[in-house]
Amino acid sequence: MFRYIVRRLLQMVLTFFGATFIVYALMFAVQDDPIQALVGERPITESQRAALTERYHLDDNFFAQYWYYMKGLLTGDFGTSMTNRKVSSMLADAWPVTMRLALLAIVIAATIAILAGVVSGIRRGSIFDNATLVITLIVLAMPIVVLAPLAQLVFGIKLGWFPATAGKNATLWQLLLPAGVLASLVVATELRVTRASVAENLRADYVRTARAKGLTGARVIGVHVLRNSLIPVITLIGVDLGALMSGAIVTEKVFNIPGVGFNLFRGIRTEDGPLVVGFVSVLVIVFLVVNLVVDLLYAALDPRIRYE
Amino acid sequence: MTPVTDIKAQMDVLPGLDPRAPLLHVDDLRVEFRTRDGVAKAVNGATFYLNAGETLAILGESGCGKSVTAQAVMGILDSPPGHVTGGRVLYRGVDLLKLGEKDRRKVRANRIAMIFQDALSALNPVYTVGFQLAELFRKHRGMSRASSKLRSIELLDQVRIPAAKDRINDYPHQFSGGMRQRVMIAMALALDPEVLIADEPTTALDVTVQAQIMGLLAELQHQRNMGLILITHDMGVVADVADRISVMYAGKIVEEAPVYDIYARPAHPYTKALLESIPRLDHKGRQLNVIRGLPPSLTDIPSGCSFHPRCGYAREICRGDQPPPSYQIAPHRIASCHFIREVLGV
Repeated sequence: MFRYIVRRLLQMVLTFFGATFIVYALMFAVQDDPIQALVGERPITESQRAALTERYHLDDNFFAQYWYYMKGLLTGDFGTSMTNRKVSSMLADAWPVTMRLALLAIVIAATIAILAGVVSGIRRGSIFDNATLVITLIVLAMPIVVLAPLAQLVFGIKLGWFPATAGKNATLWQLLLPAGVLASLVVATELRVTRASVAENLRADYVRTARAKGLTGARVIGVHVLRNSLIPVITLIGVDLGALMSGAIVTEKVFNIPGVGFNLFRGIRTEDGPLVVGFVSVLVIVFLVVNLVVDLLYAALDPRIRYE
Repeated sequence: MTPVTDIKAQMDVLPGLDPRAPLLHVDDLRVEFRTRDGVAKAVNGATFYLNAGETLAILGESGCGKSVTAQAVMGILDSPPGHVTGGRVLYRGVDLLKLGEKDRRKVRANRIAMIFQDALSALNPVYTVGFQLAELFRKHRGMSRASSKLRSIELLDQVRIPAAKDRINDYPHQFSGGMRQRVMIAMALALDPEVLIADEPTTALDVTVQAQIMGLLAELQHQRNMGLILITHDMGVVADVADRISVMYAGKIVEEAPVYDIYARPAHPYTKALLESIPRLDHKGRQLNVIRGLPPSLTDIPSGCSFHPRCGYAREICRGDQPPPSYQIAPHRIASCHFIREVLGV
């Protein structure tokens, strides 16, 4: 087990360097004139330009620049955004906001998916089962760039059930609508997987044994079937975190939530290289750690799995 | 909750139970599966009885309805598509088919228990065997976790699992095939049932382990004076342990007899054909007698005697509308065939 974790951590280092390298290269490629982007519309003297070029190593080649950047990153210096704020302090502001949103979305998605998935897995072919099938297909087919503004318009403005925007120190109530939109990204697949898993486990021999033991129906489902059925679902929920992060870029923009996605969206539009690379680097780390945790959880849930 | 050590103390009362009534009497049991492809008649009037301390073997080919019969007796048919459409299952005078689900549940494991063919898939892979055993004491007897764990260790000892105390926290996949089947047996016997139904208990095991498991079953049965229904297609296993045999074909018992009689002189052509299809050393080099044809499709069972398309004795009367009546040949001997005399060679 210990050796497995060490091996995975070493793999993570490689993945981390690879991912940041690609993002850095992409931002480098789209950069037109970063100095002009920095100063905006104001004119700039040759000596100022030379000083900034010197300061940001803009004359060096790509690899040298990447080297300087990584050196800073590994010593905890995420650099300075084009907006002149420290990227590290922006990260510290943005992450808690996004974490709350993402966790709320995960809870909403998992609750709906597991409850509805178990019921439709037990009552296959029922009205409930067919209704959830149709609804999940509609939700699956709807891209978030459509869903987020639509939900804001319908539930936030027309019906007025929820606040239309959230803002910086949003309450859970304000976050509910954006979190619901975000949850809709992953709820459909999680529900289908739960349903299939429950349906498959209901046919398993051990269920017959549990019934032959004279256990109540609730215990057969709730204890014997559920524990087996949730193994693939929990793995999926972990992997879905990636989808939630990418979904957060649009959702946070639409609902005006100053989280990771919001900052990334702005960074990409203003060609703010340090900001984008810094934020994506942290995203990559979070994603890798979550994947490792999910894999370890998998072993904890299924005793047949042992990591060497 | 106070720990209960006397296992009988909290046994639920079953309405209408008569301790002097026969242990188990299955009468004209009918089960069908309603699927999209039609109605499959899996059990078509199965009748048999079981006394305390006795072993009854239900013998038949795959798909003859023997496992379905067992599941119907236990009340664990998958329904839908399975439905019991007729008959009675009398346990000590109580018709189990008429009981509500709550009373029925109290019968399972408490009075009639069952073990299955493949213990690896029949045990829940994600719980320890200790959990799966203790669950019975906790849910049926209201025992505490600690005392039900002690009882579970005792049980594993009784089925002779070495170092039971250490193995109680192991998962099913950590046991060998034979040890897993012992766990299964321990689980079935946990609440001291009067009837044990063993559905092909040794089919998944290799021969030496088979003998050990059958020996263990026979011993535990003797200790507890328990009735055992052994469902199998293995004529060798039957000859060793059974007192009586019920031969099943297309969901019906076609012959019932004490084990010695059936091997000596079968009265039904199907039984006779089954016995002749066993490979024998003194017939080495000769062609093996196999039963020609296939078992009938349960959606389309032949009229009259359902065995007639494969039977060497079949004549016009066998193809008619009426199945052959059950003839009493001797005390405890019944066969359903128009030509018993010819088959017996009288």
